[in-house]
Parts: sequence; structure tokens; C-alpha cells
Amino acid sequence: MDMAADVDARLPIRSDLDLAWVRQHVRQAATRVGFGLVDQTKLVTAASELARNTLVHGGGGVLETTRVTAADGTAGLRLTFSDQGPGIPDLERALSDGYTSGDGLGMGLGGSRRLVHDFEVDSTPGSGTVVRVTSWVSRPVGPRGGR
Amino acid sequence: MSEHFARPAAGHVPVLRLGDVLLVTLQGDLHDGMASQLQQDLAETIAASRVTGVVIDISGVEIVDSFLGRVLAETAAQTELLAARTVVAGMRPAVAITLVELGLTFPELRTALNTEAALELLAQPIVPRRPGGEGRP
Repeated sequence: MDMAADVDARLPIRSDLDLAWVRQHVRQAATRVGFGLVDQTKLVTAASELARNTLVHGGGGVLETTRVTAADGTAGLRLTFSDQGPGIPDLERALSDGYTSGDGLGMGLGGSRRLVHDFEVDSTPGSGTVVRVTSWVSRPVGPRGGR
Repeated sequence: MSEHFARPAAGHVPVLRLGDVLLVTLQGDLHDGMASQLQQDLAETIAASRVTGVVIDISGVEIVDSFLGRVLAETAAQTELLAARTVVAGMRPAVAITLVELGLTFPELRTALNTEAALELLAQPIVPRRPGGEGRP
């Protein structure tokens, strides 16, 4: 009984109202996948940062959320942000703390990388950026056992 | 203690006045536009009403990202320039953990565990600040 339908979604990122929808959906998806409160908070915060990047630097785009399962059965949530914006000219620099193109505190990309387990950026100057992040539900400890 | 809502208009976060202190309670998901509007509203209200302190209760806020974090830090800094002090109250533990991991520690920001503690802090003549910040006489 996979509830993928409630987790898998495709959300537009066109306005700061959409950012609120992104946060709400990622919160619900993370809860359904089984993340604890702190991990949910990290994921939603990372999603907010990355969605804002998509909106501000990519000129808007799309978030796709996907339930994923590791080879050992661990459940995870993958977030893919894509835009057709100008791309990131210097990725190394963009990932370093303090790098900013003006808005915010320069923590967006580098900071959100620390909030998730896997982080990939694919950016082509002139044709857009895809940021794909994945976090895995840590296995429960103690008498409740795990899958 | 007199109290009234300074700005009940739509798109604005209500600012409650309690004596010499403005109390703002943030709830749920705050849109970027509303956060920026609040920053502006607070500056104007402080200048017009001559309050000496601002308490921003964020116990109902589930996430603070770099945008909202910047708004809180800038609000505190601008309050200082207007001869008042800001205390951010009630940050959730998960939010604190996430902010540190994100790389945002806001060493200049005064915090309290809840609104009551924030009001006590503002009632003190000299508010102790964390190392690195400057005390106000």
C-alpha cells in the first residue's frame, strides 16, 4: 500500500505564494514518508531555499517530489527543482557560504546542501539549472524496531 | 496596560501594543511579502509610538529559512537604530537545529524561550548580550 500518490507531485514555482505551497507540500510528503520532526524541518527549510533560488535566479520553474526507496529498503524523499534560467556560471563559488547574488544571506545553495543527505546540481549556462536533493528516513532505534 | 491592534489590514501581521512594548506573534507560514511588510510596519510603529521594546514570538513558526532569518535580524538591527530593543521569543528546537546547520547563528540577535521571558528581559535596564555584541546603557 504505497501512498506515492500523496507524495509524488509536480508544483509550479512562479511566485512567493507558490513557495508557501512548496513548503506545505514538502512538509506533508515528508510526514507521509516517515521523517521525524527535525528531519522534516530540515527538508522543508532546504526546499524553501531551493525553491526561492528557482524563483529568484531561475526566473521560476518546477518542483517534482518523488518517494524513493534505497536498495536496503530505506524510505526517502527526492526533490527536483528545475528552471530554464540563465544557469549558474561558477558552481563551486555558488556552493560556498557567503556567496550571494544580492538577495538573502548567501546561504541558499551551500546551506541547503548541509540539510539533506544527497545533493546534485546540474547547471548549463544559458539553458537552466536542475537541483536534485534526497534525504533518507533514519532507521528507528529502540523497541519500536524498523523495517 | 493598554492594548490595541495597530494595523488590522489584510496582508499585515497584527502588531499588539502592551505598554512600552510591541508584541508580534508570527503563526504558520509567512509569505515573503508579509515578512517584508512587517519589517516596514514595525519601523514605522516604533518611530510613531516611541516604544522601547519589540517581542517577536515565533513559537508558531515551523520553519525559518534564510529569508525570514534575514528579516528577523534586520528588524532587530533597525529597532536598535530607533532606540528600542527586539527579542525573538519561542524558537522551536527543530528550527534552531536547522538554522545552525544552514549556517545562520545570528550572534547579534537577542532571544528568549518564551514571550514572558522576553518581556522580563526587556524590563531589565541593561540587556546582557552575547559576546561580540555591544551592550546598551
